[in-house]
Amino acid sequence: MSTPARHKPVDAVIIGFGWTGSIMAKELTDAGLSVVVLERGPARDTSPDFAYPRIADELKHAIRGDLWHRLSRETFTVRHRVGDTAVPYRQYGSFVLGTGTGGAGAHWNGQQWRASPNDLRIRSLYEERYGRKFIPADMTIQDYGIGFDELEPHFDHFEKVAGVAGTAGNLHGTIQPGGNPFEGARSSDYPNRPLPPILSSQLFANAARELGYRPFPVPAANSTTAYTNPYGVRMGPCNLCGFCEGFGCFLYSKASPQTTILPVLKGRANLEVRHDAHVTRILLDADRERATGVRYVDAAGRETDQPASMVVVAAFQLNSVRLLLLSGIGTPYDPRTGKGTVGKNFAYQMVSTTSAFFGEEVAMNPFVGAGAAGQQAIDEFNADHFDHAGKGFVGGAMIFAGATGGRPIAQMPLPPDAPRWGSGWKSAVRRHYAHSSSVATMGSVMAYRDRYLDLDPTYRDAYGQPLLRITFDWHPNEYRMTAFTSARAAAIVRAMRPQRIAQHVLQPGDAYDVRYYQSSHTTGGAIIGTHPANSVLNRYSQCWDVPNVFVLGASSFPQNIGYNPTGLAVALAYFAAAKIRSAYLKAPGPLVSA
Amino acid sequence: MSDLHDPRAGHAGPLPDVQPGGRRGFLRGTATVALSSVLLPSQAAASGRETRQAPLPAAAYRPVYFTPNEWAFILAAVDRLIPDDGNGPGGVAAGVPEFLDRQMELPYGHGAYWYMQGPFHPDSPATLGYQLRLTPRELYRAGIAAADRASMALHGTAFAGLRANQRDTLLAALEQGSIPRDGSLAAAFFALLLKNTREGFFADPMYGGNRGMVAWKMIGFPGARADFTDWIDQPGKPYPYGPVAIDGSTGSIRSTGGKS
Repeated sequence: MSTPARHKPVDAVIIGFGWTGSIMAKELTDAGLSVVVLERGPARDTSPDFAYPRIADELKHAIRGDLWHRLSRETFTVRHRVGDTAVPYRQYGSFVLGTGTGGAGAHWNGQQWRASPNDLRIRSLYEERYGRKFIPADMTIQDYGIGFDELEPHFDHFEKVAGVAGTAGNLHGTIQPGGNPFEGARSSDYPNRPLPPILSSQLFANAARELGYRPFPVPAANSTTAYTNPYGVRMGPCNLCGFCEGFGCFLYSKASPQTTILPVLKGRANLEVRHDAHVTRILLDADRERATGVRYVDAAGRETDQPASMVVVAAFQLNSVRLLLLSGIGTPYDPRTGKGTVGKNFAYQMVSTTSAFFGEEVAMNPFVGAGAAGQQAIDEFNADHFDHAGKGFVGGAMIFAGATGGRPIAQMPLPPDAPRWGSGWKSAVRRHYAHSSSVATMGSVMAYRDRYLDLDPTYRDAYGQPLLRITFDWHPNEYRMTAFTSARAAAIVRAMRPQRIAQHVLQPGDAYDVRYYQSSHTTGGAIIGTHPANSVLNRYSQCWDVPNVFVLGASSFPQNIGYNPTGLAVALAYFAAAKIRSAYLKAPGPLVSA
Repeated sequence: MSDLHDPRAGHAGPLPDVQPGGRRGFLRGTATVALSSVLLPSQAAASGRETRQAPLPAAAYRPVYFTPNEWAFILAAVDRLIPDDGNGPGGVAAGVPEFLDRQMELPYGHGAYWYMQGPFHPDSPATLGYQLRLTPRELYRAGIAAADRASMALHGTAFAGLRANQRDTLLAALEQGSIPRDGSLAAAFFALLLKNTREGFFADPMYGGNRGMVAWKMIGFPGARADFTDWIDQPGKPYPYGPVAIDGSTGSIRSTGGKS
């Protein structure tokens, strides 16, 4: 192996150019730092990469996943239990991974949620309300050590950056009609008004109101007007085209780094973005307490070192954890002893769907939709918004309804007894496609002692490095959570008075199944916490062990929430950036004393 | 799958014998279409529809990847997975076999989208996903051979020579992995064949299937239209415009009967 080429040192190197990497690139270049962003995927922009009509191609984008990372080069291994042999996640199923400019933020749905205040202090809250015995012994949930009020300005700022459309439910502590009454107090309203609900969401909302619930529009990072964000970037109105998830937005309405932040970074002399740059490790000094830069493989296959005074890890959740392990940062978590922190508290989400089949006289127009715009939700059964006494589980689920595009290859709702092929299948497709809707629950998943991430002993990536191994299966807490929340969803669907209902709910004993898409909301492994013994990061997303390394993204969630994770991930990134700018740059070192 | 409502089951004769060579690809294609578009009077009556779209003539497509025998299997299988029936043209008329053959030649067919490094543990729990060492094109080759061997053993003829109801029975056995010796491989092959067949049927026509946007017309999906500005305020009102493809061609709204 020849000696790696060496670039000129910079103040900061950022690994990954998705949401959190873009936010940090903006904040650090605003602060005057010299910044290099290393993105392993290609350069992509609205034009030409997301241009109409070629973007409106379900096979290419939502099935083959042309914007996703190619698993052939690097994937993960999965096993259900400690001691099992893990095997590679060879084909996309359960979750998808972004790559290239914008990362997964280029092809997400745009459901832009704030965390619930009680998501941030989950262990304290449950112990206070229900007693210490309520939390199972092997459940390793933790508080963030960050108050909702500290994050609120950053939730608020990002909503304005992303042009989020929604209806406030709690403004300065006053409950507002039509919004989410369970949300934490907001300092200001959403910057955009929501689109009217599409029919499937309208039927859901009407039924929910009939049952005494308070439905509201899903907060959508799909701008509904010609909107200019605080950075001066202009977004366009959403037309419910139905091509969000898996696609880049051709209308400049879905918030992505490209449509909200990157235009103002173009031409900044103190920023260089290198694409096709695959970081293989973070370089440390001899005593492993300081990062000196990163090593990456460039497009030509050359190993290259980029020295930097600080390193921001902003890859996808799983990849950030893997990079820490490959670099020897922190102590790998050991499920047998419970010691070590890197890889600890991996979690996911447990989703269920309830399908409603109507007669052919109901024109559901499922192709009119968006990732989030036009959808409705209820939050009565999420987090600790309801009394958990006697329920036997921690957590809950946001329940929502809508259509994201009715794309026929993947989004074909059929009753469970419909034939899978032949004339019977064809009849079922014909009868149900345009006359069905579905209600989903997005259930939180807690962290457990035996659910974690480490390096696989066998499988390697295209660069010869070990893959990350996922050890994960469901626990009884989550089966109970999904039974409870899915029963509430079913009651709402019944009140919609369809001809038929079908439900897909995981039953006790059902194993985690990688073959079916559930969500790309994997979390944990490099978690935020209050002490080096229980976490990888302090409240400012700074590594306890290597204080000039910051790790952003959902890898920092100590357990998962019943919402899409982007809102919380970006708020934590802005929160970290604010502290870096106000304190760290003046006196680099630990921002929290251990 | 005996509960499948298919009035033609048991009525249709075997597909023409398939021999390698010449213009057979074209001939076989048209023969299959012609055969599978036979509409029995009882079926027309049963479907309660006034008009019936004739299937589009299959373009002369010569398979690049599939051998003549494999191509015969593909035609015969797709014809049963998505039959031509009272709900409109089936998979063969829609060009799904062409879609499949073209996919085999693309990076996808060569396994470029999948992690293909060993070691392989094909006996892992099914919930951990595909663990065979075969790329899509290899799985098709092996799976078709297994299906034809099973057909030979059961009926003394290759799959393509079977009657429609026999093909249905054998496809169901493949699907359930109940064919001896190659059970898991056959089931994996069938799962991929079914998945790819649906993909070809519903994907944009530029990939070879969904010819004339027949699948989109059948269900009322407007394809690549991707602009519903005028429908944001009209939830629940039937959408009146037919589909549009990525190349700009347009289709009229479904006119094959039905109420939506």
